[in-house]
Amino acid sequence: MKAGEFKEILITSLIKVCGFSAIIFVGMVFVFLIKEGAPAIFRVPLENFLQLRWYPIEDRFGILPLIGGSLVVTVGAAIFSIPLGLASAIYIAEVTPRWAREILKPLVEVLGGLPSVMLGFIGILIITPFLRNALSLPTGLTAFAGSLILGGMAIPTIVSVAEDALDAVPKTYQEAALAMGATHWQTIWRVTLPAAKSGVLTAVMLGIGRAIGETMTVMMVTGNAAVFPTGLGALFKPVRTMTATIAAEMGEVASGSTHYHVLFFIGIVLFLISLTVNLIAASVVFRQRKRAERILS
Amino acid sequence: MVARNNFSTTLDSRVDASFSQRRKWLQRLGFTVLALATLATVTPILLIVIHIFSNGLPGISWQFLVEFPRDGMRSGGILPAVVGTVGLTLGTAVFSVPLGIGAAIYLSEYAVENRWTRAIRIAIINLAGIPSIVYGLFGLGLFVIFLRLGTSIIAGSLTLAIMTLPIIISTTEEALRAVPNSFRVVSISLGGTRWQTIRRVVLPQALPGILTGVVLGLERAAGETAPILFTVAAFYLPRLPTSVFDATMALPYHLFVISTQVPGMPIRIQYGTAVVLLTFVLLMNITATVIRSWARARRQW
Repeated sequence: MKAGEFKEILITSLIKVCGFSAIIFVGMVFVFLIKEGAPAIFRVPLENFLQLRWYPIEDRFGILPLIGGSLVVTVGAAIFSIPLGLASAIYIAEVTPRWAREILKPLVEVLGGLPSVMLGFIGILIITPFLRNALSLPTGLTAFAGSLILGGMAIPTIVSVAEDALDAVPKTYQEAALAMGATHWQTIWRVTLPAAKSGVLTAVMLGIGRAIGETMTVMMVTGNAAVFPTGLGALFKPVRTMTATIAAEMGEVASGSTHYHVLFFIGIVLFLISLTVNLIAASVVFRQRKRAERILS
Repeated sequence: MVARNNFSTTLDSRVDASFSQRRKWLQRLGFTVLALATLATVTPILLIVIHIFSNGLPGISWQFLVEFPRDGMRSGGILPAVVGTVGLTLGTAVFSVPLGIGAAIYLSEYAVENRWTRAIRIAIINLAGIPSIVYGLFGLGLFVIFLRLGTSIIAGSLTLAIMTLPIIISTTEEALRAVPNSFRVVSISLGGTRWQTIRRVVLPQALPGILTGVVLGLERAAGETAPILFTVAAFYLPRLPTSVFDATMALPYHLFVISTQVPGMPIRIQYGTAVVLLTFVLLMNITATVIRSWARARRQW
């Protein structure tokens, strides 16, 4: 074998290993979460997990308030971010001229790049005092404040992915609609949006996925009270999310204690939620690609 | 017959006129709503950036950047946090850039569309979606405890590198795929091997796109707090790290600490730290944008 050939084979296999690294890492994340989190299942009886109190000092590990907290904040964020994000995506993709798009899209993506801790900082200094005064609440550190900022953080994801999807709709579709006498507005609603449906759906899923997993901002602005949210009023009370619980408590627990394993167990729950959300988003993308291939062939 | 036809045509056109009038109004209303929504998303971004700069810049001085924090961080500078963040960003790059580019080359140049490739793509999407705090737990479990690296720069960099990987892979793959196939065909037909083609033809052409992706990935790593909480970040460590096995302060974590954990913190130092972090992140963002537009203007295909 010549040296050149050997080098070629070596490099090819190295690149192949790199290629498969993503699968290896997802597997490793799961394995290590299980390794540290599974003992929680054996040490803590199920009814302890399913109670409504999270109070680790007394060995009360009710994770329902935490799941509820994450849910309230995420639903709130979705209510803000989906309409605003999609409207911006449609406006940027379909209405504005090219040059405005070249300014608007990077600007929105700047928001995506702002560190979450900085948005939390803004939240503490400006948004929560404002909410306390404006809504005359006892504290501004509420689920609502978290939803507001998380919604803002989900928007860049939604805009960016949805705009790409809208932009990818073949121009011939729109030309056909316009030639039939449809207005620009009708074309957007009846032709472009339905054609980009799955991409838009993916955008929404990924945006929500980002909101569920966000840690620092919710830890800083939601008040961190582990109370099970009941009813709509919960939006204006302090809550504590799963992510914030891990971030706030992991630094103080003894490695190997029950509390430590339970925090990893919450990590498993979060991992599975994000896995589900992303698998659904991915299957939508793959289905769309298949359909596009069928149409084109 | 003819007359009736004429009549119906005029009626039609009259109906059409009011109908199209209404459609036009609807369209104008719709576009206004969309424009307002876009304004509502874009304005806060500008306001945040302006607010941070206008409140923070007065507190910035050379001393603030090159001095150690004193008096329980209530005075002095933020040097260890700046050094820590730069170090972590470089450490992340060392691990994630070669691996990410390698993976992207595999996906774009070698992989055939089969079940395995699809599994890789799904894995990348999942890596991108894993919450940052879960990466923190993973880093704690694998690097800090299992591999006994302790809370150290190397443990933090490895954790951030895995988190950054999907961004680098997907942007690099996009850049590689954008290189026209004719480039490859020419190189192969001149007797180049596959690797020579990639190394001498495809990679140089895709370089600006790859750089953009790398910078955007590292920007995310530089600003993250949750993954470094348990893997590297020190609450208060007024000295510089001497090796990669040391813990260090970092800008995002420092901002978190001084805005929530330390009572009586002067607001000037909080905003000052925020400005430094924001500048760091924005500079990377602008670099990426500049590389992208420069490459677009220069590209011949």
